[in-house]
Amino acid sequence: MKKLLTLALALTVTASAAPVTLTYWQYDFATKVSTMNELIKKFEAQNPDIKIKQETFPYDAYNQKVASSVPAGQGPDVVNLFYGWLPQYVDSGFLQPLPAKDFPTKQIESTFVPMVQTSKINGQYYALPTSVRTLAVFYNKDLFKQARIVPPRTWEDFIAAGQKIVKGAPPRFSVLGFGIQPDGQDYHVVREVLVRQFGGVPFSKDGKQVTYDSNAGVRAMTFYTDLMTKYKLGTPNFFPGNNSYRDAFIAGKVGMIIDGSFAIGSIEKGAKFNWGVVPLPVLKANGVRGNFGSYWVNGITKNAKGDKLAASVKFLKFLTSEETQRTWLDAVGEIPAGRKLSGTAALRTHPVYGPFVSALPFASSTLFVDEAGQRKAWVDAINTVILQGNSPANAVNRAAAEEQKILNGYYK
Amino acid sequence: MPLLFFLIVRFIPTFMSLRLSLFDWNILREQQPFVGLENYRTLVADEKFGQSLRNTALYTLFGVPLQIGLGLALALMLSRVVALRGLYRALYFAPYVTPIVAAAWVWQWVFSPQFGPVNTVLGWLQLPPQPFLTSPDQALATTAGLVVWQNLGFQVVLFLAGLAAIPRSYYEAAEIDGATGTQSFWRITLPLLNPTIVFSVVTGTISYLQLFTQVVNLNFTDQGGPLGSTLTVAVYIYQMAFGRFQMGYASAITVVLFGIILAITLLQLRFLTRRYDT
Repeated sequence: MKKLLTLALALTVTASAAPVTLTYWQYDFATKVSTMNELIKKFEAQNPDIKIKQETFPYDAYNQKVASSVPAGQGPDVVNLFYGWLPQYVDSGFLQPLPAKDFPTKQIESTFVPMVQTSKINGQYYALPTSVRTLAVFYNKDLFKQARIVPPRTWEDFIAAGQKIVKGAPPRFSVLGFGIQPDGQDYHVVREVLVRQFGGVPFSKDGKQVTYDSNAGVRAMTFYTDLMTKYKLGTPNFFPGNNSYRDAFIAGKVGMIIDGSFAIGSIEKGAKFNWGVVPLPVLKANGVRGNFGSYWVNGITKNAKGDKLAASVKFLKFLTSEETQRTWLDAVGEIPAGRKLSGTAALRTHPVYGPFVSALPFASSTLFVDEAGQRKAWVDAINTVILQGNSPANAVNRAAAEEQKILNGYYK
Repeated sequence: MPLLFFLIVRFIPTFMSLRLSLFDWNILREQQPFVGLENYRTLVADEKFGQSLRNTALYTLFGVPLQIGLGLALALMLSRVVALRGLYRALYFAPYVTPIVAAAWVWQWVFSPQFGPVNTVLGWLQLPPQPFLTSPDQALATTAGLVVWQNLGFQVVLFLAGLAAIPRSYYEAAEIDGATGTQSFWRITLPLLNPTIVFSVVTGTISYLQLFTQVVNLNFTDQGGPLGSTLTVAVYIYQMAFGRFQMGYASAITVVLFGIILAITLLQLRFLTRRYDT
């Protein structure tokens, strides 16, 4: 009798197909959270049998939170993470590869912008983005007008423009020509952009070997540190605080900064002057373009199995769909990760998005294995030049040795 | 019951971290291989760890005597003040209860090379502007300044209580015997303040050896200061554990720091405590 009852109960449960509940994690960024809430409503309307529960955590604690929960079998089924953390997360066995039948490699590579290929690990994709970001130069139109100059196209123009805008001298500046900040986005510019523009490559193809300890690397380091030491365009940490260069720019005290498309929102909200965006400059000598691309991806954790896995795949397809990409652009301001959308003329010629979007075809991403450690290696190397008068050649070797040590530790 | 509590809350975590320090324990890896003393061997050769030890020693060697000396001087002054006594005490105590993060934020602006009032004052005095927190040579002293400033209020209150506990009759007797003010300070005040001083030295030393929040918040984007100039052992532990997920290595540093604190505290208690007859 009892057995029969259990059987009957089990049958009813299967028949009514109880809804699957997925947990989705991302970090706490107001517009992202509210946009995601809207998207979840839409998704649930399309898939009545799936419920999504969104949980968010402060950015500073996010990585830590994810890393300590998932290995313990807790936390999200679908998770949003920085692409740079992927190798570590895959290594931990904590993400599962995207099912090849739902996300064929060929299709991914033809529909997404090239930099997404950084999330291919051991020939498999583990995660996909909704949107991507590249770097560009934000400039203060009012300061440019006062100095009677036009926004720069080459690095040579960039230096000349900065010198016309800067006021004061080290260590007491009142206005900076360029909001130099090694630990902001600048170290990416040196490694991924300047090294290439001077004719080098930062890493070997498989990402295991540092290759910027070369002539090109030394010239890139020299060029960047000269902006402060020789041309005196500015000084790091001009404003105290977390986003020094950006805050100073928003306060109208800086002519130009190099920042990512994710900064558009806060600059739009804060700046009380006219500002514009131009692409990262090129060298007059060769005109080689370059950019650093980065992105946040959505992956499926090992916690999602069976019904949950099937639902996660559906949700991930929805998150990376063109429609979601469009919503994300309108609501958050991040540029679409799909080739088709980011290739539209309207977006490419957009005064603010344009410079970011048009950099997508030649943007490279660093394959981080330890983002914090690799950043520190560069920031310290740059600091030895600008604070202690070390030679750029020594500094590049120092960064290379330190970063190679980190890579070796991971690929051992 | 208290013993059980102590065991669960104190001892088990301590031994867990001792055990963890023998593994190559990275949160982001499935396997956590046993490596024996490997982490400790790496530590010996780790320049950054050496730097953090040196910095921590510098903070302690300058910070503790400075805050005790200044605290005692201020307490002696305040104990004589009669008017507005409460106000003065509140003023000196205020930094101690100010949230560290807020204080660090203000400190950054005060010592800003570009906009800080300190550099403005230096300018009036015809002195060259200083880079303070942005320079590897000055960042540690500037950070220590914040810590001393914050702890001073607590020191003052401690010494005021200590001074109040000295019976007036001793001073009266000394006066009758014809002792000068300096004499009664060295012969009465200082010896009778010994328990207070020992307490200050021991707790002060421990707090400097564990220095963390000020360091992290003063150079927020480049934590540990330019080129690691303000890095402390505690900050290094945090960076290794939660920035780079090397739990085993971080545990090894924790064990070393624990050993250092234990050794120093025992030495201090042994040599500073004096017996005296009342």
